[in-house]
Amino acid sequence: MEPILAMKGITKTFPGVIALSDVSFDLYKGELHALVGENGAGKSTLMKILSGLYKADSGDLILRGEKIVSTGLREMIGHRIGVIYQELNLIPYLSVAENIFIGREPLNRVNGIDWKKMRSMTKELLEPFNLDIDVTQKVCTLGAAYQQIIEIAKALSLKAEILVMDEPTAALTGNEVDKLFDIIAKLKNDGVSIIYISHRLEEVHHLADRITILRDGKHVVTKKRGEMSNDEMVRHMVGRVLEEQYPQYESTPGDPVLEVKNLTKKGICENLSFTARSGEILGFVGLVGAGRTEIMQTIYGYRKKEGGEIFMNGKKVEIRNCQDAVQKGIALIPEERKQQGLILGMSVFDNAALAVLDLYSRTGGILKRSKINAEVNKMIDSMDIKTPSVRQLVKNLSGGNQQKVVLAKWFIRHCDVYIFDEPTRGIDVGAKVEIFRLMQNLALRGAAVVMISSELPEVMNIADRIAVVFEGRIVKEFARGELNEEQVMEYSLGLHEKKHA
Amino acid sequence: MNKTLDMKQVVKNNGVLIVFFIICIGLSFLSPYFFTLNNILNIFRQTSIYGVIAVGMTFVILTGGIDLSVGSILALSGMICAGLMKNNGVNAFAASLIAILVGGGLGLVNGLLITLGKIAPFVVTLGMVTIARGLTLIYSKGYPVSGFSSSFREIGGGYFLGIPIPAIIFVITVVIAWYILNHTRLGRYTYAIGGNEETVTLSGINVKFYKTMVYVIVGIASGLSALILTSRLNSAEAIAGQGYELDVIAAVVIGGTSLSGGRGTIIGTLIGALLIGVINNGMNLLGISPYFQQVVKGCLIIGAVILDRLRDETN
Repeated sequence: MEPILAMKGITKTFPGVIALSDVSFDLYKGELHALVGENGAGKSTLMKILSGLYKADSGDLILRGEKIVSTGLREMIGHRIGVIYQELNLIPYLSVAENIFIGREPLNRVNGIDWKKMRSMTKELLEPFNLDIDVTQKVCTLGAAYQQIIEIAKALSLKAEILVMDEPTAALTGNEVDKLFDIIAKLKNDGVSIIYISHRLEEVHHLADRITILRDGKHVVTKKRGEMSNDEMVRHMVGRVLEEQYPQYESTPGDPVLEVKNLTKKGICENLSFTARSGEILGFVGLVGAGRTEIMQTIYGYRKKEGGEIFMNGKKVEIRNCQDAVQKGIALIPEERKQQGLILGMSVFDNAALAVLDLYSRTGGILKRSKINAEVNKMIDSMDIKTPSVRQLVKNLSGGNQQKVVLAKWFIRHCDVYIFDEPTRGIDVGAKVEIFRLMQNLALRGAAVVMISSELPEVMNIADRIAVVFEGRIVKEFARGELNEEQVMEYSLGLHEKKHA
Repeated sequence: MNKTLDMKQVVKNNGVLIVFFIICIGLSFLSPYFFTLNNILNIFRQTSIYGVIAVGMTFVILTGGIDLSVGSILALSGMICAGLMKNNGVNAFAASLIAILVGGGLGLVNGLLITLGKIAPFVVTLGMVTIARGLTLIYSKGYPVSGFSSSFREIGGGYFLGIPIPAIIFVITVVIAWYILNHTRLGRYTYAIGGNEETVTLSGINVKFYKTMVYVIVGIASGLSALILTSRLNSAEAIAGQGYELDVIAAVVIGGTSLSGGRGTIIGTLIGALLIGVINNGMNLLGISPYFQQVVKGCLIIGAVILDRLRDETN
């Protein structure tokens, strides 16, 4: 059988970087072909060439047996290729119907929009997805999963036969993921071919007919499902043997550092209490929406608490805003790295220095330049941040290196408590291990480390103690190894309470 | 190949500076008077009035904000200064100091409404445009106040070592602002807030304080500019400074500061202000109608932003 799509010997360079070198990739009708690799391996560049956003320097693009010469975004849509980017491209304040038919709205006799027709066309289009939504609803009122599905519907309405999905489950919860997988299965049945980019190897094993791994802009291997184990995939991705996915260390729990007592905030938590001790990592697990992020933000003063007390090193502290929290020795490494952790348009240096300028300045806010330079450069060196220079803008770094910049910012400050919110989200396997090591080093240094993660295996292996959050309450606390993943899931879903009842 | 690429980069990164030099060279050929010491000092003196405010405005725009009320603040500060001297017999030094404080005070009001009141800078300062103008009219009852002591007239009309004092004030303002932006917390936070306010908040920095401060700074700059203008005209008028915000914002934008914040330099603002000054001066020398000058200024603003965009796309 002829592949519906064949990309042959694709090479693409950017000033100073070879993004892709002689990469080949093909896709058969009705197939799901997963594209896997670390950040910066060239997956996105390859897909941008397919979508017509970039032009390859050399190599052939063969669609349905025909060679495509000139490409542009519109032309590729015309070739029935639909790309769903990781950052969804819907317009939040327009309705579902408008989003799907934007730019090709059905018109009535006076060239106005034929709303009735547009609504019925949308309903028809969404029918197979079985959604309980109103097509006139504004997109911003919908969850991430629905938005994802609307993007898919939009691509299908453009008669897409080849669908590219870039990390489609990154923002989805467990149920939503299942729903998406059902839809993917249905699409394949209908003969749609899918290119699926994901970091989550479990997903890839579950969905893919074939798996292709890229590394450093080169094609490494293409194999059928089941022909590669997880370990083998990881080895191909990083190009070296990872001695361990979860590094081990000896924790030395000491005195309580951060004590939270009866924290209350309407809609987030009620009478929530926990203690983080020096020298250990305390993990927080729970479903997305259980309120873990919001609880930490409330402790940190980003949200106003309504009740409860916070103690630092045995002394009661008043935290009214983030400034108070930082002054008292708490650092928060937020989940939304780009929106909340970094200033993308500023340099590595400026980002790393941001939280310590107050420590290194004279009266009147005059900076001690040489001191700051020394401290920041030392930290950047010690963290092995891959950047051509400290003057490089942060937006040009890969996800893992960006995260290291956020960590550097807080490590320079020497806080007592470090709260990590999803520290490894969107980060490749190699960098994850480094981040875990850095967290363990903090604990060894005597800091109290708090870690929120939605990747269950990660918390179960890295945290010394684990708290399960369900509907804004801690429903279970246990030491590493005491419970297995299934038991933790039961607590996360609140099933233990139903059992008792 | 590398050489030509470098040249392209140089042109793109210093576009406004190159345009500035080309215009200066062109004008030197067109008018024999243009490139004389006298005229150059004259340009500096004329530029200083809105240039000083532009220096303050650079801080505001770097945070991603805007201040439309600088012209009105200038009018009120100038009028109070004039009134204190003429009607209350306050000496020139004290009256000048009070004028600057009035400017800073109005800036503080703007800043607090923006940060604590959580109102958009555009709206707050738009309101302040008419509030300060109205207060000026109430205070002066609509009449100009003129005729000041010779010591006060020195500020706008005097010379020091042959250099006009307004030009000296302008240059000193630029140097101080450069130092603040590059060597103090206030300066670095100004850039950081414009880059990503949420990140700065979560980094434990008192964003509200620093954001308020930039409006105080532009207020002080407006007060300072009021002294130069009032002294130079030897008169304070209620309509003084009307429309100045446009020249001021134009100077900052032409100087390469991004209206969305986070990016820009004080040297850029200096060049932007001088470029407007040179064009005004040059067209006056060539006898071009002031109506036409407005068109040129408008084109310049748009051209500068296009240049900026080109630079962004290549980098």
